[in-house]
Amino acid sequence: MFGTHYKLERYSIGLAVAIIVAASIGGLVEIAPLFTIHETVERAPHMRVYTPLELAGRNIYIREGCYACHSQMIRTLSDEVERYGPYSLAVESQYDHPMLWGSKRTGPDLARVGEKYSDLWQSEHLNNPRSVVPQSIMPAYGFLKRTELRTTDLPKDLAALKRLGVPYTDAMVRNASDDAKGQADPDGAWADGVRARYGDATHVRAFDGDAGTVTEMDALVAYLQVLGHLTDVAHASEAGAGK
Amino acid sequence: MVSTMTANERQAALVISILAAIVGLAMAAAGRHDPLGVHGAMVLLTGLMCAFWVIRDYYKPEPPATRLAAYYDEPIKAGILLALLWAAIGMFFGDWVAWLLAYPEMTFDAAWSSFGRMRPIHTTGVIFGFGGNALIATSFHVMQRTSRARLADQFTPWFVLVGYNLFCAMAVSGYLMGVTQSKEYAEPEWYADIWLVVVWIAYFALYLRTLARRREPHIYVANWYYLAFILVVAMLHIVNNLALPVSWAGAKSYSLFSGVQDAMVQWWYGHNAVAFFLTAGFLGMLYYYLPKRAGRPIYSYRMSIVGFWGITFFYVWVGSHHLHYTALPQWVQTLGMTFSVMLLIPSWIAAANALLTLNGAWHKVRDDATLRFMMVAAVFYGLSTFEGSFLAIRPVNSLSHYTDWTVAHVHAGTLGWNSMIIFGAIYYLVPQLWKRAHMYSPALVEFHFWSAIAGTFIYVFAMWNSGITQGLMWRAYNPNGTLAYSFLDTVIAMHPYYIARAFGGLLFLIGTLAGIYNVWRTIQAAPARTPQSDQPILAVAQQAGS
Repeated sequence: MFGTHYKLERYSIGLAVAIIVAASIGGLVEIAPLFTIHETVERAPHMRVYTPLELAGRNIYIREGCYACHSQMIRTLSDEVERYGPYSLAVESQYDHPMLWGSKRTGPDLARVGEKYSDLWQSEHLNNPRSVVPQSIMPAYGFLKRTELRTTDLPKDLAALKRLGVPYTDAMVRNASDDAKGQADPDGAWADGVRARYGDATHVRAFDGDAGTVTEMDALVAYLQVLGHLTDVAHASEAGAGK
Repeated sequence: MVSTMTANERQAALVISILAAIVGLAMAAAGRHDPLGVHGAMVLLTGLMCAFWVIRDYYKPEPPATRLAAYYDEPIKAGILLALLWAAIGMFFGDWVAWLLAYPEMTFDAAWSSFGRMRPIHTTGVIFGFGGNALIATSFHVMQRTSRARLADQFTPWFVLVGYNLFCAMAVSGYLMGVTQSKEYAEPEWYADIWLVVVWIAYFALYLRTLARRREPHIYVANWYYLAFILVVAMLHIVNNLALPVSWAGAKSYSLFSGVQDAMVQWWYGHNAVAFFLTAGFLGMLYYYLPKRAGRPIYSYRMSIVGFWGITFFYVWVGSHHLHYTALPQWVQTLGMTFSVMLLIPSWIAAANALLTLNGAWHKVRDDATLRFMMVAAVFYGLSTFEGSFLAIRPVNSLSHYTDWTVAHVHAGTLGWNSMIIFGAIYYLVPQLWKRAHMYSPALVEFHFWSAIAGTFIYVFAMWNSGITQGLMWRAYNPNGTLAYSFLDTVIAMHPYYIARAFGGLLFLIGTLAGIYNVWRTIQAAPARTPQSDQPILAVAQQAGS
């Protein structure tokens, strides 16, 4: 063995090829089957997709690095299930490009934070966390309410995700900008279109308390309020396990 | 830098600089309504600046043929200075965000200065800026010395260095503007990722071309590690960053993978960035500079072989230990845990091989702070690989995951191991490359050593305490079966540890700044004579013969 190596280490290309082979095996064995074994991701036939406004909020969540302190993955441990709700299933993040499972909980898990607090609480908390939770160490995001949401590019965003396999219809892609505005303005002209395309359960509200302009705060709160509510299979499987 | 290039190399440098400027202009025009435009302007500016440098010295006399009788050290010097600059930036932002966790109001009411945007500046600044530049600079040094050959040409090393630092600069400036993929340790967007691939191919080609000129029949073990670092990082980088840009005129892209597959790809990348960036490359450094400084040959050839191939093969399997108890299938978790435990064997073989090399030179460890940096690095490498295997065991991970224990583990590795070996290598290299008899102030090297050690210990102990405390509080139950603590209770309990951690980080930063000052004063000092031994002797002989 050492004799062979004594020869191998005289050839740079041979060494390079050997390194690539040795370092490829583990990844191939662990990753490739995840795309082919069907049980890897559960089925959720009625799962809905993010609306354009929620997607914009998700992109703000990414932009601000929220994932560095908040996970979105409830582990199969009893204390986590009691604290945050049913443990996360793979299917719940099947449309998440990229996933935001996170790796650190400086703040609590957010996988099921949707509808746990009111819109008002969420927007006050984001604006100045310590006005709602005095001991909080979360950064204040005062600029979200001041910044108008850029909605013009949303059709392109949806189109890109559609190409990656997220089941957006052509009508959803076409109307993405109007739908974003409509979801934050319940009495406006575009509100009905959002419900028609994404279902009656979609939250259509003035998330930041002001229906006038669509702000980044509207988008981020809309996203937070839908977390854990795209599908109810996790609750269903927990009820099933209970029986 | 241009005066050391031949006429052909100057031509190539000019053409590539202008090409870069044109690409930058196109990016700036297309992305004028997007952060992409700012990065386009940065590329344009870099291209123009490089073109200007080349033109300024374009008609200067070519370097004499005698240059081939000497090693090409200019890019190594530049790489070391860049590494130190990034160390100051990365550690400064790291300590700032550390204080923010104790006092969240210690910042401005502006988007760029919030914790979430500054934290990746810290991670990218120290890992890729500081660590990456140190790896590139030391690899240029080690590949020449262990091959007894000069770098293959005078242009590619500069292309690699400038290109790599352009990537780092685009990364950190992007975070301030909110440009990120959110993939940990792979945050830069698609265009920066593509650029890094180009730079990396040039780097790999330079390595092979220099090895091809070697006057030694065997390739030394340090080069195996550097090669593994270059090759596997390329593989990881390309696969993990596969993404679909929303448009050519914007920075935003969407990852090709989603959900559970994306999580697995991300942590396959994430843990192997630790393996092949922060371990393989740094073991290359350790395997050259520690024996050189100690004046002793590597303890065991066979241990080098077993350690190297064990690390290369086992590490790739272990990423899934970041996903214990998640929605990732159990069989992948189990494989990750099993290989993580087995990984301890090659890791400790590599660490033991380094420490046993010091047998017969321990008196030097006592007297020489530079060698002590390297010895401590090897010890921390052994300790943090043990901790890593331990934390990968599923029940242990149930307590440690999501807490500061992971942060403690990472910093035992990056402060205790990576930074220590870099500083050891720098204190070895700076007097040699700038041809000085010794560092400006050996006392300041001692000061740096002790402040770095103290900072590391305070940091790691604080985070061990906070991590284990918080993990235990999360899972504590009242006798009646309800959870004992709210999440907020656990946040409040962290406060004293966060202060201690930020203080430890500050000590480490102060040591680094002392090191930078010391290097600066050493460069300013009067040069001494070139040591006779530091030349490619066969090149000299060949020169005389021709």
